Amino acid sequence: MATTLTINGERKTLDAPPEMPLLWVLRDILGMTGTKFGCGIAQCGACTVHVDGKAVRSCVLPVSAVENRAITTVEAVGNTPAGAKVQKAWLDLEVIQCGYCQSGQIMAAAALLAATPNPDDSDIDAAMAGNICRCGTYVRIREAIKQAASGRQS
Amino acid sequence: MIADKTLSSVSRRALLTGGVATGFLLAFHLPLRAAVNEPVQPRDATDGKFAPNAFIRIDETGHTVLIMPQVEMGQGTYTSISAVLAEELDADWAKVEVQHAPPNDKLYGNPTFGLQVTGNSNSIRAWWTPLRKAGATARAMLVQAAAAEWQVEPASCTASKGEVTHAASGRKLAYGALAQAAQGQTPPKDVVLKDPKDFVYIGQPLKRLDTPDKVNGKTVYGIDAILPGMKIATVATCPVFGGKVGKVDDSAAMKVPGVRKVVVLDDTVAVIGDHMWAAKKGLEAVKIEWNEGPHAKLTTKDIWQDLRAASAKDGAVAKSTGDIAKGLASGDKFEAAYELPFLAHASMEPINATVHVKPDSCEIWTGTQIMTRVQSEAAKAAGLPVDKVIVNNHLLGGGFGRKLEPDMVITAVKIAKQVDYPIKVIWTREEDIQHDVYRPVYRDQITASLVDGKVAAWKYKVAGSAVVARWLPPAFQKGIDIDAVDAAVDAPYDFANFHVEYVRAEPPAVPTGFWRGVGPNNNVFAVECAMDELARKAGKDPVEFRRSMLTKNPRMLAVLNHAAEKAGWGQPLPARVGRGVCVQPSFETFIATIVEAEIDDIGEIALRRVTSVVDTGIAVNPDTVKAQIEGGLIFGLTAALYGEITIEKGRVQQSNFHDYRMMRINETPKIEVIVVKSGEAPGGIGEAGVNAGPPALRNAIYAATGVALRRLPIDRKALAVGKKA
Repeated sequence: MATTLTINGERKTLDAPPEMPLLWVLRDILGMTGTKFGCGIAQCGACTVHVDGKAVRSCVLPVSAVENRAITTVEAVGNTPAGAKVQKAWLDLEVIQCGYCQSGQIMAAAALLAATPNPDDSDIDAAMAGNICRCGTYVRIREAIKQAASGRQS
Repeated sequence: MIADKTLSSVSRRALLTGGVATGFLLAFHLPLRAAVNEPVQPRDATDGKFAPNAFIRIDETGHTVLIMPQVEMGQGTYTSISAVLAEELDADWAKVEVQHAPPNDKLYGNPTFGLQVTGNSNSIRAWWTPLRKAGATARAMLVQAAAAEWQVEPASCTASKGEVTHAASGRKLAYGALAQAAQGQTPPKDVVLKDPKDFVYIGQPLKRLDTPDKVNGKTVYGIDAILPGMKIATVATCPVFGGKVGKVDDSAAMKVPGVRKVVVLDDTVAVIGDHMWAAKKGLEAVKIEWNEGPHAKLTTKDIWQDLRAASAKDGAVAKSTGDIAKGLASGDKFEAAYELPFLAHASMEPINATVHVKPDSCEIWTGTQIMTRVQSEAAKAAGLPVDKVIVNNHLLGGGFGRKLEPDMVITAVKIAKQVDYPIKVIWTREEDIQHDVYRPVYRDQITASLVDGKVAAWKYKVAGSAVVARWLPPAFQKGIDIDAVDAAVDAPYDFANFHVEYVRAEPPAVPTGFWRGVGPNNNVFAVECAMDELARKAGKDPVEFRRSMLTKNPRMLAVLNHAAEKAGWGQPLPARVGRGVCVQPSFETFIATIVEAEIDDIGEIALRRVTSVVDTGIAVNPDTVKAQIEGGLIFGLTAALYGEITIEKGRVQQSNFHDYRMMRINETPKIEVIVVKSGEAPGGIGEAGVNAGPPALRNAIYAATGVALRRLPIDRKALAVGKKA
């Protein structure tokens, strides 16, 4: 079934079953592998993308639900002011270890900062608790979000 | 010189670019992702290039490729290995690129294991001297080449940042200009290594080479491999350990749009589709009857019963000093047993492998900790000679020991043999957790005696699976699994009468393997819990009690004192809040950790603060050391708080992150890691934090509640107000 999506500002027409999760459309049909598969049941956040600027779990999001919505993935989040700040802070503070969850962490953090420019610890907990990092980078994630928010340099 | 032809099996584009910290936005364009989409590009390493050994390639532009014998799974080793090589080579860090080594034990086998394996916190430890020599030899040859060109003594020349200088005449030549001439130089027999005071890269918090592509989705993990004509498969393996596939009806599955084929293996059914969604829906539609086999009634309860019975027997003696019988005959007697559950690895990247089997070759794209073993196992499964199997390694989305096993590659090869196109096989999280190779259950028994407030005799018996006997049989000698007793045989304390035994006890049918922290993750827990109980029995403060028995271990004592001071040990705390300590010398690293935790009236735990002081010898990259301890602590604390795989009816009961829980950011306390300056040889750092967390937390709970927990994960019910363990 032909579906048209707007991903990172580009319109893409593709053939996918309407109930197919956006995650697999991105990865297996469009070859956009930055968005990761972690659990398939919205428990880990590795698949987080933005739909109309909000962080959502693409592994349980039917593609039919996001037609005519603006989808942003980690490949283009650096084009948003919040996303660029987050990426920079992530590198400045060397947040990343294996990196597999970090696409989702960065998407969640960028959505947080876009909505809440100066988050406190409880805002960070609320926005980020859905994202699991098995390498245990949480301490630096918190620090990096605060740095990105303040704009200070490390 | 070795002209390393094996590199031709690695795609030329399988590169990471290195850059200076400030240039990251521009410098990181050569992506690993291109590797999978391009044909292999053979190249002759000696053609205009300087190729002094298996690890270094410098071309005429000075572009410096460093070839990584160990794999990068987040621990930062690509950056640290590069720093060690670049240090002695005096390379220009801005010109460094990193390349995955192809499978080749002879060139890239870890010197400790003789096998191309990444594990046991052994990358820097094992390669420290060999790689320094490799770098220094290459530098010496470049200096010789320059000296010959200038007709001066090599000793009158110096090297720095990719250039040789003759100070007397002010002449300089860059490494690129010297590459061809250096290739013709005879390598010196004994190179002089740098004095550590002259290090420019080692000891600096260099920016990681692998992370810039990890913020924008460009990094290609094994699961991201894309090949022309590739299809996706997902699998269901018999849920009962040891069971097989019985009858399969795939008629409904074949009607699912996008499903291409159903493949039936001995114990696994795979559905191949155009994409993962088709494969998943197809698999749900396959009707499978399993032959559950002899383990269909197996439960964890039975396994524990067997393990407790086994641990009552005498074991093989791993170490014995003094006179244990005499030592235990006097003083205050203490006895306890500590029990640890099965654990899954749950790397964020679920296990996967992409395979293309052709009539005369097999090519693999995956992320593995065991390059050569994957190659040889794939060859067996494909029925091909080993040299017909190409393995393209990737950055790993976590390893933690799971990717020390080749099972996912073997299964993927078996599936790929049945089609003529490339297949990417992805395990769902459920299959990943239910078909892991689990951290074994362990039971550790301690019998000790106290005389004058100190431990006079210590008898320790480990009972559990011998992972080494399966994984590296030659290392299993005299009934002792050297991993299972690691950190038990070298407890840090002055125990005059000391005795360690090991009882091999294999759980039926449940595969067991290495898990981050490896052997010490059972022993550090048992030793440090027992030490706290003994301290209380002796009426002593836990830190003071340990101090009094660390008289021969100055590095251990120093980090303990430092941690106690930083954590405010001894300062008053509110009710139901406690501090717990753990010390451990393992992987040649000395680490003292103090956890502060609060336990509420119903037994829920809030971590308040963690302090670790670590002496790992020379910290090649101090920021990486910090990061590994921070992350390791969370990995270990996660296991202490939640980790347990249980079995009923021969099946693993957990399946995904809702019932196999992970710590999350809102549960993470403030963590302070202090890396002590040291001139000793580098120790291992990936595992140490993992083992530090659980006993320190348990001892904090003991301090806060008086309840001496002896099993993990932590039993909250035992901690509710009014309860005693």
